[in-house]
Amino acid sequence: MSRIREKFAELSAKKEKALIAYIMVGYPNENATISSVRGLVKGGADIIELGFPFSDPLADGPIIQNASMISLENGTKINRFFNIVKKIRRETDIPLILMTYTNILYHKGYPEFITEAKNAGIDGFILPDMSIEESKEYLASAKNMTDTIFLISPNTTKSRIEKIGKSSSGFLYLVAVYGTTGIKTGIQNYTLKAIKEVKKITSGKIPVGVGFGVSTPDDVKKYVKAGADAVIVGSAFLKLIEQTPQNKLELRIAAFTKSLKRQTIIT
Amino acid sequence: MKYPKDGKFGEFGGKYIPETLVPAIEELEENYLKFKDNKDFKKELDYYLKQYAGRPTPLYYAKNLSEKCGGAKIYLKREDLLHGGAHKINNTLGQALLAKKMNKKRIIAETGAGQHGVATAMACAVLGMKSEVYMGYKDTIRQKLNVYRMNMLGAKVHPVKSGSKTLKDAINEAIRDWITNVESTYYLLGSAVGPHPYPVMVRDFQSVIGEEIKVQMKKISKTPDVVIACVGGGSNAIGTFYPLVDTNAEIIGVEAAGKGLKSKYHSATLSAGSKGVLHGMMTYLLQDDEGQITETYSISAGLDYPGVGPEHSYLKDTKRVKYHSATDAEVIDAFLMLTRTEGIIPALESAHAIAEAIKVAKKSKKSESIIVTLSGRGDKDVEEVQRYLSKHVKN
Ligand SMILES: Cc1ncc(COP(=O)(O)O)c(C=O)c1O
Repeated sequence: MSRIREKFAELSAKKEKALIAYIMVGYPNENATISSVRGLVKGGADIIELGFPFSDPLADGPIIQNASMISLENGTKINRFFNIVKKIRRETDIPLILMTYTNILYHKGYPEFITEAKNAGIDGFILPDMSIEESKEYLASAKNMTDTIFLISPNTTKSRIEKIGKSSSGFLYLVAVYGTTGIKTGIQNYTLKAIKEVKKITSGKIPVGVGFGVSTPDDVKKYVKAGADAVIVGSAFLKLIEQTPQNKLELRIAAFTKSLKRQTIIT
Repeated sequence: MKYPKDGKFGEFGGKYIPETLVPAIEELEENYLKFKDNKDFKKELDYYLKQYAGRPTPLYYAKNLSEKCGGAKIYLKREDLLHGGAHKINNTLGQALLAKKMNKKRIIAETGAGQHGVATAMACAVLGMKSEVYMGYKDTIRQKLNVYRMNMLGAKVHPVKSGSKTLKDAINEAIRDWITNVESTYYLLGSAVGPHPYPVMVRDFQSVIGEEIKVQMKKISKTPDVVIACVGGGSNAIGTFYPLVDTNAEIIGVEAAGKGLKSKYHSATLSAGSKGVLHGMMTYLLQDDEGQITETYSISAGLDYPGVGPEHSYLKDTKRVKYHSATDAEVIDAFLMLTRTEGIIPALESAHAIAEAIKVAKKSKKSESIIVTLSGRGDKDVEEVQRYLSKHVKN
C-alpha cells in the first residue's frame, strides 16, 4: 500500500478525515519552505502537496501564479527541488505529493522524472492539465512507483468519473468550484451535491479529496460534513506565508494548521 | 489529416486540459461536427464571408515586385483586403456563428496583434453577441490602435499583466476565464492552436484561403512552384497549405527570427524549439532545459508566441513543409519594398512571408511562380515601423 493510502487507512480507523496542505516550494525562499513544512507537520497536517513552479500555470489563480513566478525568479530548479524533498524526508514520514504541470514531466521524460521523484521521497503526483486521454505513458511510468491523482470537476459526467477513478490512485481530487485555485468566500450548493454524488459513484474504492478555494476552518467543517475524505487547502497557506516574518512562520503555520485539522475529526 | 478523431497529428495535438473544460470541449466538438457540413450553416457562413467580409480575395500578380527581384512571378493572396484587414475574420465569423447555434451568450477571445480581437469584436457585433478580449499588456501598448478599434466595436479589452504580458499570457488568462464561466461562455480561439478540436476547426475555417487559391491558380494555368505563408500560431499558414499539400508545390512556412536565431530574441518555434505541452496541446515549443516556457520576441506582436499549431509540428516532422525564418531587419526591408513597389502596406506578420518570397524569387527562374499569403494589412504597424526606422537608420 502506498504511503498515501496507508495514511487514509490510519485516519479512517481513528474516524478522522485528511487535511492536505499545499505550499509552493521556493516561495518566498527555500528556508521558508522548510519552516512551513515543519509548521504543517507540527500542526497536524496529514499529507503535504509540494508545488513545483511552471511558467504558465493556467489552472491557478493570482496567489499561486505569483508564488510560481517568485519561486522561478529565486532559481527553483528540478534538482534543487528534489534536494529539498530529501531534506524534508529526513525529518518526517508524512506523505508528499508533487503538484506541477505536464510539461515539466514530459520534458525530462516521464520515467526519468518519476523515478527521481520517487527516490527523493515523493509519493504521488497531481497534474491539473493531464487528461486521462493523454495519460498512457504517464500512467505506465508511475505504475508501482507513485500514486497518480487525477482531478474531477462538479461538471464531470458519471461515466467519466468512473473512468478517471480507474486511472487514479492515492485519492481522487474533486475541484470544488468552477474556477482556478484561490481564496473564495462561501460554499456552493453544487459542490456539496457533487461530493455526495462522487462518493456514491466511487463507493469507497478510492478516497475523495476536495480542493480549490477552501480556506477556512468553517469550509473544512462543511466539506467533511458533506462526506469528503480529505480537504485540500493551498492559497490560504500561501497568503499566510506572504504575511508572516520568517522567524514566526513555523509557529503561525502550525497554529493555522491546527485550526483546520480540528475540523476533520468526527465527533 | 482530414479529421483526426483523437485530435492527433502523429504524436502532436491532443487534449491536455483541466477536467472542468472537458464537457465544454466535448460540447464544442459535437456541435462542430454537427454543423460543419450542414447545408444551412455553410450557406449562412458563405453569405457573411462574401457579403460582409469581402470574399473571395484576389490573387494579385505583383508585377513590379517580381521584376525587381528578377526571378519568378510573385502572386499575393490578398487577405489584407478583407474586412478588418486580416485573415482572422474567416475564423471569427465561422466560430461566432457556431457559438450562436450553440446558444452561447458570452464570447471570450485572446489576441496578440489585436487583429483577432478586432475580428472577434466585428463578428460579435454583426451577429449580436457580447465579447471580451484578453490582450497582453505589452501588446496593448504596441498595438494600441487595435485596442481603440475593439473598444469602439463594443468589445471589452482586459489587459493581461501576468507572465511575459504577451499572447501566451493572454491565452492563459482566457483559459482561466473559460474554466470559471464554462457553462455560459464560448472561447473563440484565434489560431490553429489549443486543445482538439480547435486546431482542426480553425484550419477548416481558414482553408477558404487555400481553396480559393486552387481555383484561381487554374486561371494562371499551372500549379505554383512555391507557396509561402507566415507562421505565428499558424492559422493563415495552415489555411493556405492544407488544401495544397497534395500538389507538387514546395511549401514554406516563415517564422519570426527577431534579432536572429542565435540570440534569445526570436519566436521561431519550429526552427529552434523542442517538443512539449502547452495550452492544451503537444507541439513544438520554445522552452528552457527544464521545460519552462521561455519569453519570445518579435517585431510583430502576432508572431510573438512560444508555441505553434500541432499540425505544423506534424508537417515539419514529416518534411512536407519547410519552416524558415526572417529577421526583423529582413522584415522591415520586405515591408518597405512591397510598400514602394506595389503600394501595398503589409502587416509586419505578413512581411515575414514577403521576405522569404523575395529570397526565393531572386534564386528562381522567370517561368516559375510563387504564391504568398498576404495575411493582413499594415496600417496597425506604421508606428512600429517608424520607431524601428528612427532607431536603426541614421539620416
Ligand atoms: C496579419 C496577421 N498575420 C498573421 C498572424 C499570425 O497568426 P497565424 O499564424 O495564426 O496566422 C496575425 C496574428 O495576429 C496577423 O494579425
